[in-house]
Amino acid sequence: MPINFSTKPGIVVYLTAGDPSLEATYDIALAAIDNGADVLELGVPFSDPLADGPVIQRASERAVGRGVRLSDVLELSRKIREARPGAGIVLFSYLNPVVRTGLKEFCKAAKEHGADGVLLTDMIVEEGAAYIQHMRENGLQPVFLAAPTSPDARLKVIAENSEGFIYAISRVGITGTQDSVESDAEQLVRRLRQFTQKPIAVGFGISNAQHVAAVGQFADAAIIGSAIVSLIEKSEPGMEAEAVGEFVRGLRPKQDSSGVREGSHEPHEANPHSSTGNLKGHGFSRAEKPSQTTGASAPEVA
Amino acid sequence: MPVLEDVGNVAEVTRSIGTGRFGAYGGRYVPETLMAALLELEQSYAEAQADPAFREELDGLLKHYVGRPTPLYYAKRLSEGLGGASIWLKREDLLHTGAHKINNALGQALLARRMGKQRIIAETGAGQHGVATATVCALFGLECVIYMGEEDMRRQELNVYRMRLLGADVRGVHSGSATLKDAINEAMRDWVTNVRTTFYILGSALGSHPYPTMVRDFHRVISIEAKRQFAEQVGRNPDVVVACVGGGSNAIGAFYEFLPDENVRLIGVEAGGRGGALGEHAARFQKGSGGGLPGVLQGTYSYVLQNDAGQVAATHSVSAGLDYASVGPEHAMLHDNGRAEYTSASDDEALNATKVLARTEGILPALESAHAVAHAMKLAPTLGKEKNIMVNLSGRGDKDMGIISRELELGGAPAENRGTR
Repeated sequence: MPINFSTKPGIVVYLTAGDPSLEATYDIALAAIDNGADVLELGVPFSDPLADGPVIQRASERAVGRGVRLSDVLELSRKIREARPGAGIVLFSYLNPVVRTGLKEFCKAAKEHGADGVLLTDMIVEEGAAYIQHMRENGLQPVFLAAPTSPDARLKVIAENSEGFIYAISRVGITGTQDSVESDAEQLVRRLRQFTQKPIAVGFGISNAQHVAAVGQFADAAIIGSAIVSLIEKSEPGMEAEAVGEFVRGLRPKQDSSGVREGSHEPHEANPHSSTGNLKGHGFSRAEKPSQTTGASAPEVA
Repeated sequence: MPVLEDVGNVAEVTRSIGTGRFGAYGGRYVPETLMAALLELEQSYAEAQADPAFREELDGLLKHYVGRPTPLYYAKRLSEGLGGASIWLKREDLLHTGAHKINNALGQALLARRMGKQRIIAETGAGQHGVATATVCALFGLECVIYMGEEDMRRQELNVYRMRLLGADVRGVHSGSATLKDAINEAMRDWVTNVRTTFYILGSALGSHPYPTMVRDFHRVISIEAKRQFAEQVGRNPDVVVACVGGGSNAIGAFYEFLPDENVRLIGVEAGGRGGALGEHAARFQKGSGGGLPGVLQGTYSYVLQNDAGQVAATHSVSAGLDYASVGPEHAMLHDNGRAEYTSASDDEALNATKVLARTEGILPALESAHAVAHAMKLAPTLGKEKNIMVNLSGRGDKDMGIISRELELGGAPAENRGTR
C-alpha cells in the first residue's frame, strides 16, 4: 500500500493540479516526493472552493481558467505513479466534478490512473454509502475529514470509514496558513485515537518545520497545503519545483532517513528544537509521547 | 446522466425534520466542520416547531411587525387588457422591508435567539434577504454581517445603504462573478470559521439539510393564506399558481399548500436572461444544451448550470435575485416528477412586465417578481375567462429603480415611455 507513513512524522503535500500548469505540477510533485513527501494530494481545481482560503482559491481559479479538468488530473496521477511507484497519491476534489463524471466511473478511472485514495471535501460519511462501496470495489482508500467540532459519535464513524489515513482538521475554518497550530488539533487526535489505530494526518494551517514537529508529537503525519501553493504562486516561472523541493526537504529533521526512496535527496537539517519556545502556550507539550502507530500498516481494503 | 446513485439509502443520523431528501435531491454535502452545527440546527428547529410558544411569537410578529396577512388582489385592468384568465396578485411586496424574505429571516432569527447565538451572518443577492436579516437583527439586538457580491452591490446599491443604516456590516465579495453564488461561498467560509458562535440565516430554500425544509416552512404561510383567500374571495382554488424561481423560496412557499391539489397547475419562472447559451441566463431547468444538470453546489444536490467538466457556470439575469447557478432541491424534485412546470422569462420580458404592471395597476414589482408577471401575461390570453391565475408578487421594485430607469430610458424618456395609458 503506497499510503504509508514509514517516517515520523509523515509528510502529505497538497498541490492544486494545473497551477501554474499541468507540466509544472508534475515536476513539483516529483520534487516533493524526492524530498520527503510520503503522500501527494492532487487537488482538482473547482470553480467554487468554499472550504478554501484565498491562496487555494486563487490557485484553483487560475487552473480552472486554464481549462484544467478532472480528466487532466487523472492523467497527471498516472504519470506521477509511473515515475514514482512508491509514492502515495490521493485525489482531492470537491464533489461536483466527480458527480459529473459519475461516482462509479470516477472510482474506476482513479484506480486505473494509479491513485491510492480519494478525499472529497464536501462528502460526509452519512452521504457516502455508494461512494465508499465504489471505492472499495476498486481497491481505493476513502479519506474522510474529521473536525474539531465533530462529536465523538461522528469521529467513530469517520474513523471506521476512512482508509489510508484520517484527515484531522487542526482548527475550525478554511484552509490557509497561520502562525501557530491551535490546540484543537491535539485534542481532536486524542479523541480519534479512542476509536482507531489508523494513521491520523493533521492539516490546515501547517506551514513550517516547527508546525510539522509539533504535529509529530501527537499525530502520524502533517499535511501542508496553502504554504506550498503560496510558495508556487510566488516562485519565478520555471523555478517552482526547485523551491518546493527545498521547502519540503526543510520540513523534517535530518534523522528521519528511513523513508528514503529512489531518487530522494538527503533531507536537510531543520532543527525542531529551535521551535520549542514557540510551541509553549499553544497547547503542545514536547514531553508528550507520540501516540503509537508509527508505520501502522494501512488498513486493508477489499 | 450520472447521478449520485443510492443516495437515499445511507446511514441515518439525527434526522428529525424529514429526511433532507426531495426524491434524489437535497441531502448534506458540506465540509465536516459544519456538520455539528447543522445537526444542532436541525434539532433546535425541531424543538422550536414543537413548541407552541415559538409559533405564537412568530405569528404575533408576522402580524404586528411584518404586516401579515398580505392581500390577495384581483388585477382587473391587467386581466381585462390581456383578455383571458383573471390574474390575482398575492401581495408579498407589501410586507415590511418590501419582499417575502422577511418571513424566513424572522423565523430563523427567532431560532438563533432561542439557540443563544449572538452573531448572525447572511448572504444576499438582490439585497432583499440582506435587508430582511439586518432588520430582524436590529429588532433583536443581534450582530449582523451580510455578504454580497460586488456586482450586486453595484446594481442594488439602495439596499446596501438600507442594510448599513440598519446597523449591518455589509462585506463585498469580488470572487467569481461577484454575485449571489460567490456571496454564499464567502458566507459559508465565515460560518466554517466562526461556527461555534454564529448562526447562518440562509435566505433561500437552498443549501444543506435542514435549510431547504426550514426555509420552505417559514414561507408556507404564503400559500396557507392564499388558499384561504381564494376560498373566501373566489370560492375555489386558483387554476394556476405562478412564481419566479431563483433559489426558489417564494415559489416553494406559494406552491406548498397546493401540492396535494393536483388540478392546480404550479409554474416556476426562471431567469431567461438574454439568451439560451450557458452563461447568458439562469434557467437551470432549460432543456438541452445550455441548461442545468444534476450536481452538488453549496451543500445540496440539485440542478446546476455547469460545463461538462463540472465547473459551475456563470449566470446572467437583469434581476440579481434570480442570478444563481443552482436551485432549491425541492424544485428539482417537483420538476422531475412533473408536479410543477418550469419555464423562463427573458430580461426584456421582465422589464416589459414591470412597465405594464406599473401602468395598469399602479404596482411596481421587483424585477424578480416581474418574471412571474411576464409569464402570467403570456399565459392569461390562452386560458378562458373563467380561469384564475395567482401570481406571487414576491417583492416591490423600489430597489430596482436604477436598473429600470436605465433599461427603460426613463431619464430622457422616448415617447412610448411618457405616461400614455
